[in-house]
Amino acid sequence: MSRIILPEPELLAIAVSGQDRLALANALNLLDDRRPDVRKCAATFLDALLVHQPESIGHLIGITGPPGVGKSSLTSALIKVWRKRGFRVAVLAVDPSSQISSGALLGDRLRMHDSGTDTDVFIRSLACRGESGGLSAEVWPMSMVMLAAFDIVLVETVGIGQKEIDVSKMTDTTCFVVQPASGDSIQFLKAGIMEVPHVIVVNKEDIGVSALKTLSELQNSLRRQTDKEGWQVQALSVSAVLCNGIESLADLLDSHRLWLLENGKFAAHRQRCQSEWLVKHLREEFGNYGIGLLGGEDAISQCLAASAPRRSPISEYESIRDLTIHAMKIKN
Amino acid sequence: MSTPERDKPWLMRTYSGHSSAKVSNELYRTNLSKGQTGLSVAFDLPTQTGYDADHPLARGEVGKVGVPICNISDMEMLFDQIPLSKMNTSMTINATAAWLLALYVATAERQGVAPVQLQGTTQNDILKEYLSRGTYIFPPVPSVRLTTDIIAYTVKNIPRWNPTNICSYHLQEAGATPMQELAYAISTAIAILDAVRESGQTSVEGLEQVVGRISFFVNSGIRFIEEACKMRAFSELWDRLTHERYSVQSEEMRRFRYGVQVNSLGLTEAQPENNVQRIVLEMLGVSLSKKARARAIQLPAWNEALGLPRPWDQQWALRMQQVLVFETDLLEYSDIFDGSPVISDKVKLLVDGATQEIARVQEHGGMIQAIESGYVKRQLVNSHTERMRSIESGSLKIVGLNCYQETEESPLTCGKDSGIMRVDPHAEHEQIERLNAFRAKRNINDVNIALASLSETARNGSNIMLPSILCAHAGVTTGEWAQALRDIFGEYRAHTGIDIPLNDDTRSARVAEIRMQVSKTGEELGRPLRLLIGKPGLDGHSNGAEQIAVKGRDVGFEIVYEGIRLTPEQIAKAALEEGVHLIGLSVLSGSHIEMIEDVFSQLNKIGLKGLPIVIGGIIPESDARLLRENGVAAVYTPKDIDMNRIMVDILNLIRRTNNLEPVLI
Repeated sequence: MSRIILPEPELLAIAVSGQDRLALANALNLLDDRRPDVRKCAATFLDALLVHQPESIGHLIGITGPPGVGKSSLTSALIKVWRKRGFRVAVLAVDPSSQISSGALLGDRLRMHDSGTDTDVFIRSLACRGESGGLSAEVWPMSMVMLAAFDIVLVETVGIGQKEIDVSKMTDTTCFVVQPASGDSIQFLKAGIMEVPHVIVVNKEDIGVSALKTLSELQNSLRRQTDKEGWQVQALSVSAVLCNGIESLADLLDSHRLWLLENGKFAAHRQRCQSEWLVKHLREEFGNYGIGLLGGEDAISQCLAASAPRRSPISEYESIRDLTIHAMKIKN
Repeated sequence: MSTPERDKPWLMRTYSGHSSAKVSNELYRTNLSKGQTGLSVAFDLPTQTGYDADHPLARGEVGKVGVPICNISDMEMLFDQIPLSKMNTSMTINATAAWLLALYVATAERQGVAPVQLQGTTQNDILKEYLSRGTYIFPPVPSVRLTTDIIAYTVKNIPRWNPTNICSYHLQEAGATPMQELAYAISTAIAILDAVRESGQTSVEGLEQVVGRISFFVNSGIRFIEEACKMRAFSELWDRLTHERYSVQSEEMRRFRYGVQVNSLGLTEAQPENNVQRIVLEMLGVSLSKKARARAIQLPAWNEALGLPRPWDQQWALRMQQVLVFETDLLEYSDIFDGSPVISDKVKLLVDGATQEIARVQEHGGMIQAIESGYVKRQLVNSHTERMRSIESGSLKIVGLNCYQETEESPLTCGKDSGIMRVDPHAEHEQIERLNAFRAKRNINDVNIALASLSETARNGSNIMLPSILCAHAGVTTGEWAQALRDIFGEYRAHTGIDIPLNDDTRSARVAEIRMQVSKTGEELGRPLRLLIGKPGLDGHSNGAEQIAVKGRDVGFEIVYEGIRLTPEQIAKAALEEGVHLIGLSVLSGSHIEMIEDVFSQLNKIGLKGLPIVIGGIIPESDARLLRENGVAAVYTPKDIDMNRIMVDILNLIRRTNNLEPVLI
């Protein structure tokens, strides 16, 4: 058996806050590790990180959309704009893994070559490892760690059909990418079947008129659509390949962040993301039965929102998990 | 009895060039004196991808797989004492084809030869670069525009030039079946001819001339009967296409003209002497049928899978052609296959299959769209994966490789040079010195004016050839020419095609066992095992890296695939960010020693000392030894065909690095 060499959580947290790239890489590896001892260490590390950076800062953005729509190229173009504006950027690129071999091909960074040697850009690929909803359990804690060292953290995921914007439950701002004349996704949006993203991007404007047609259709049907918090959904068209419209997209994404801040919704939104994440994984581990034992999803969310000060995701999960197990024991 | 009238022999060439223009010039003159009838210039990778010899990405690559040409003085040196008015020169050049042709024209002008007298070929088929080979620079649309500019220019100004050699060659190397070769080559021709027609640079009669100048560069594999049928199928498909789609009336203009380099994919590193008979048999496939006989043939050397061939090896390849042409009775007969029902059935099968696939490509919106969407690449990766699996399982027999492996020691490879040529390690340094001296003495004003006119032309859509010739005379360098266009057209990354469905080979207990152990080791180490796979340097032959990536995924590794053209700094950065357990690199250009040195030093710099690295490529045993001594964990060459064994090796390397006992599978 290999001896587990655990990092010193305090020191690691200090190094990550100090933007040490190797420390960040090690921290992400730590969060990826499922061994019980290591998980405890990860919890301590996240708590320590929270002590160093108690405020919710940075901008956590989700980019999603069907395969082949040009998400990675769009990410690459956005990175260029943000770097020009002086922001440091981290990316979590999530790809599906094989159900059979559990192996995965992670090829997204290939399309982000332009930032190949820029040490103010950090890209980690992640296999979603067969989980439903297209997002790995690791996404939320990893995003938190990246936010401690970077100004902007972008989570890129593949979304198909109605699950397309699961990522919206785990980011400040969600950007949904569609292709001109791409039937299904737009139909879902129009019919209101799918949860509404904050920003809709029609990519591949370079293909021609159909992008503008798609855009105006979207704008018409979204005219009065707002999300739960009252944000008016925005749509625009860009060309990631030609780098057209990317500046405006960056502005638009940032305007949503400012809107959250100005309306005092930012911290609460993050807290809600964390509870969504907790409930999702609680459900995966204990099913609806477990959730029911704690009084249902809403009760859990309210209880979490009330609990102050804010705690790091793994610690919070562990304690709520203990509660669930305790409740199960009483019940039996 | 009268002597039958013999068919004219084809052009005999040898693909060559290395180290420097001076050394290559000497080689060309020797080859010509031995009876070679044309030249086939191999350029080094920096020249092919538009970098000067002193660019960071060029390190280790200068003069390796071909001759470095940085400016007109190199080109003049390359053809010193070779009269261009009499020479037929084929240049394997694609992304920078317009530039190298401009240098060739300018060199001819300085020799006092007018463009109209020139004869030769620019490969100039960018589309296959996105599928195989990988020496593209710009996105498909501006690249195809450069291609059409060359076609329009040469049809008007160099009427005996073949402006584009549409290549099915590299498609076969990337795994294409004969049917796929036919379909994708013809689809490429459609894309190019449509682009020429739409560019408005030629009239209707002009288009007929263009069709007449289009030639093909074809591969010929070991199944030589099928290959002969493939060539007849090509003629049929081309005749029909040019008649129906482009209304070419003249039969002469519709004739399918092609040159050949026979298959390198099937050449083996194991018992390499057997490659001689493979090459000879493959040559038969493209010469037996008079109706579909090659116009030019170049043969690889028997030792291509080992490293660079020596002059003697190239001479041997030339002599194979000469024996067939001058000693046998091949050229005395009309077509020997006419009237054979077996042959015509097979041809029909190929034509029908290809016609369907061509239609499928058109449904995807044509070849450019089918490449951009990854459709074609996926088909090729699939076929290649099939081929590798059947070699591995033994259902496809390759003598010396997966059967009859026992061998006596070969006297051909036991010499001091291990049977290959080595490029002078000072070649790169000397080329950089020459480049600097050239830069110092040119008139920078002329250079700037020429570059400005190039940029303006690139932007406004006029023909790129004239300003390029102006640049050549003004002393612009290869890197400067390409950079000016990069600034306007942008750079491109091609589809990898590796997202093919998993081969769930449940019959293979071994695969299941490896999967289980990979997963178990992942649990022991706390997280799934991750590998970084990529290609450092400028070599774009990504088949090997792609196959390893797909196989790795199939046995349960998480593969971070970084693709081609990576600097050591990028590799180290990716390894850190991705938290991988091992790095696998593929290098085929011979620059492995320099490359790996740099990768190690970059890894040490960022705190990743001790991360295991494995390498695959065309690596001579003596270099492999050196690499292992320098810390490379394992070296794989084409003779390592057991992919499962490579996967077990990698697994155990990761286990050992992390103080776990190796597993036996």
